[in-house]
Amino acid sequence: MRKIWTIARRELGAYFSSPVAYVFIVIFLLLTGFFTFMVGGFFDRGLADLLPFFVWHPWLYLFLVPAVGMRLWSEELRLGTIELLLTMPVTPWQAILGKFLASWVFLLIALALTFPMVITVAYLGHPDFGRVLSGYGGSILISGAFLAITCMTSALTRNQVISFILSVVICLFLILCSWPPVTNIVVNWAPAWLIDGFAGIGVMTHYEGFQRGVIDSRDLLFFLSVIGFFLFTTSVILRAHRA
Amino acid sequence: MITVENLTKSFGPKLAVDNISLSVQKGEVLGFLGPNGAGKSTSMRMITGYLPPSAGKVSVCGYDVLDRPLLTKSRIGYLPENAPIYSDMSVFGFLSFCAELRGLYGSAKKKATDKVVEHCFLQPVLHQSVDTLSKGYRHRTCLAQALIHDPDVLILDEPTDGLDPNQKHEARSLIRQMGQNKAIIFSTHILEEVEAACTKAIIIDQGKIVAIGTPAELKARAPLAGTIVVGLRGVTWQALQPELAKMRFLAKSELLVESDSRVSARLQPTGALLPELLETAHQRRWQVEHLTIDEGRLDDVFRAITMPDTERGSSL
Repeated sequence: MRKIWTIARRELGAYFSSPVAYVFIVIFLLLTGFFTFMVGGFFDRGLADLLPFFVWHPWLYLFLVPAVGMRLWSEELRLGTIELLLTMPVTPWQAILGKFLASWVFLLIALALTFPMVITVAYLGHPDFGRVLSGYGGSILISGAFLAITCMTSALTRNQVISFILSVVICLFLILCSWPPVTNIVVNWAPAWLIDGFAGIGVMTHYEGFQRGVIDSRDLLFFLSVIGFFLFTTSVILRAHRA
Repeated sequence: MITVENLTKSFGPKLAVDNISLSVQKGEVLGFLGPNGAGKSTSMRMITGYLPPSAGKVSVCGYDVLDRPLLTKSRIGYLPENAPIYSDMSVFGFLSFCAELRGLYGSAKKKATDKVVEHCFLQPVLHQSVDTLSKGYRHRTCLAQALIHDPDVLILDEPTDGLDPNQKHEARSLIRQMGQNKAIIFSTHILEEVEAACTKAIIIDQGKIVAIGTPAELKARAPLAGTIVVGLRGVTWQALQPELAKMRFLAKSELLVESDSRVSARLQPTGALLPELLETAHQRRWQVEHLTIDEGRLDDVFRAITMPDTERGSSL
């Protein structure tokens, strides 16, 4: 446990020792603000809730999470420090979890800095704080799922750009396969079992409940198993590099 | 301390390491020699447990590297090739990170860090970012990382690569000094280093061990090892030859230089040639100007073994 923390702290330090972290946070906050107020029509709705805020999160994470996570293993492979790390007395799982948690905490920090949004709705009306909390919970889970995917793609290659693009493509697939505008078109010709199957692995269906304040254990399980699956794949890929 | 049995590694159809066995005890320094791509780094990576072997067994301090990875890794200090370091950290940050991964915290961490900083002369750059270090300092920082937990076993992949001559000298004496109570394996291209620091040396080529022995034993395998180079005054080559022909223990002779009444020749003995030669010289009143017995050069052994086709040692 302590070694996971050591590795996670080093990774977090790496984020904040360069301007990347600050640039990322500023852009994240600007974009959430822009989408919520300009595109989401926060004021026109006349409702004291954060739906126009949360609804954009998967789309923001689509690009921002791969940008945060693409260096996790690619950088180790490029610098050769992976040889150093994996010959230390740590298990591969400690290394994988340490890195994953560091990036997740970083995303959490960025998300936590959107607190003025909550203050705004609380000032304007009487929002349902349970819904706000579950919205944040869903948002954290989506970022975790995308991050686990990025972990895997960054273990595949020493090139960060390739890792970024692969990760965006996989995340986009997970968004689109249960995004109503797409499913509405496909529904005309695809068989029902296929649509249901895709909807089952799409993040949008599972995220929807959280936005409405409904925490379904199946949705929770979905996100946790996506994270678990892709972290497991990461460990397989890292082992394959050496064999 | 380190036992390697029939270690083999193949990458697809290519055999990188082919059935090597060796053992290193406490107090021994093993030099690993070989041309580029001979399988030195691959062997070392398998000993440290980074690469799993295709076949064979490695045990460190009595434990199998594959069965007890954490235990053996905690006993090994490893300097990988090219000394990789996280470039976004300071030297101090990097060393404390490594100390913590090695299970050292609090005052034990501070003590261990202070010690390696002193040992590797890192004080002047301690709070500098690794990015801005010169190659020598980077190398020493990575070496410090390998020493921080005072391991029983040290695996150093080209520890002197990229250092200036003074730093090379320091690194060598550090290795020799540490070799007294540790088991060390280090690889190098520089043959003098083997003579300076090793108690035992192995030459590997195309994944196989082609020679093993103490540096002196290896040198004795040089084509010219044991030949006598003698300089005589008061005789010509022509006059010398019949006298040489009478000698019982002479296999071959070769003229090196002749000028006026001076002759320099290389003689290959089959037995006690030296007394015979000196006696003849005394009787004929030749003056012996210089006399050396060639110890053999490791360079020649290395070339003769790893490039047998272009052997140039057959000048006799």
